[in-house]
Amino acid sequence: MNTPGPSAPKQPSSPAPETEDVVVIDVRDPADTLPEPPGDRIAGTRTVDVSVRILDENDRRAEVNRARLAVLGIRALNFVSSPGAGKTTLLQHTLAALGEDVSSAVLVGDLETANDARRLRRPGVPVAQITTGGACHLDAAMVARAMDAIPLDGVRLLFIENVGNLVCPASFDLGENRRITLVSCTEGEDKPLKYPPMFSSAHAVLLTKIDVAGAMEFDRKLALQNIRRAAPQASVFEVSAKTGEGMDAWLAYLRGLL
Amino acid sequence: MHEVGIAQAALDQALEQAQRAGAVRIHRIVLRVGTLSGVEPTALEFAMQTLLPGSIADGAGLEIEPVPALARCRSCSHEYSPSDGLLFECPHCGALASTVLRGRELELARLEIS
Repeated sequence: MNTPGPSAPKQPSSPAPETEDVVVIDVRDPADTLPEPPGDRIAGTRTVDVSVRILDENDRRAEVNRARLAVLGIRALNFVSSPGAGKTTLLQHTLAALGEDVSSAVLVGDLETANDARRLRRPGVPVAQITTGGACHLDAAMVARAMDAIPLDGVRLLFIENVGNLVCPASFDLGENRRITLVSCTEGEDKPLKYPPMFSSAHAVLLTKIDVAGAMEFDRKLALQNIRRAAPQASVFEVSAKTGEGMDAWLAYLRGLL
Repeated sequence: MHEVGIAQAALDQALEQAQRAGAVRIHRIVLRVGTLSGVEPTALEFAMQTLLPGSIADGAGLEIEPVPALARCRSCSHEYSPSDGLLFECPHCGALASTVLRGRELELARLEIS
């Protein structure tokens, strides 16, 4: 017989004490329960064809996020890259450049710590840190919870910094409007060929840290060729957040989304 | 290792579908995994095995049906099976842009229940 499942508390998690005024959503906090096992009917063994997509639940939640963002008039961007490709630095400089012209909000995912959220904090820019507790990617449910935790009124651009990982985030739709893949000059020219799904699913690819390309003996031409091969559909930008090189074109791309 | 999350989603789906079919026990779970799905079948199977105990699928057999990739060239419409890896070019005209027709599947195919 069916028995009542454990009742999951649905309130947002409370911020950890060391996180100051940064909003932290730790996905280890309970939010959802599994369906209960079925009742007492016994029959012979039979085979049922179901043919349902396994990511259905995430995809469904992603569509809910997308609809909610559309109603709010928000364009969401999902930033993916290896750890250390410069997502946080790019976002810091992007937020500074957009200033008060374009009202923005940021969700940032990491396995642990609220360091990135602290780095990204700016007056008037709501920031939520999502600590995944070991999960190697953000999913749509985490993004929905984080969206609940920050004020989104008037926000036009929602920047979602995914967990640094060039593999798994490719499989998880967050409900974003644009997927932005970063690859830095310190990573080697063949990254796009080694991790094709992250590039073939990107709307834009940013080649970052181009200020150090010379010092790294980085072959920009070859890297751009490889990006073109793996991501023929994507807009490509070469940027240095540090020196500002290429940032105008990137900012124009963002403004073009509005 | 996002296979753990996918395994959990697969098990959730299996339990939900079994409940819908009025099952008390799941004896076999058959998954369909495309070669371009980004999921490593061995890792997925291992992750599933660790999640089954305690559910009505405890002890269930797991089967993964691989789905080979099939692509259509966006330039010359030639259909081909990409032979190696995730990045491929049309053997007919050499173009890189293609539409994937098959190979991204990540599905719960069948359940054997009682």
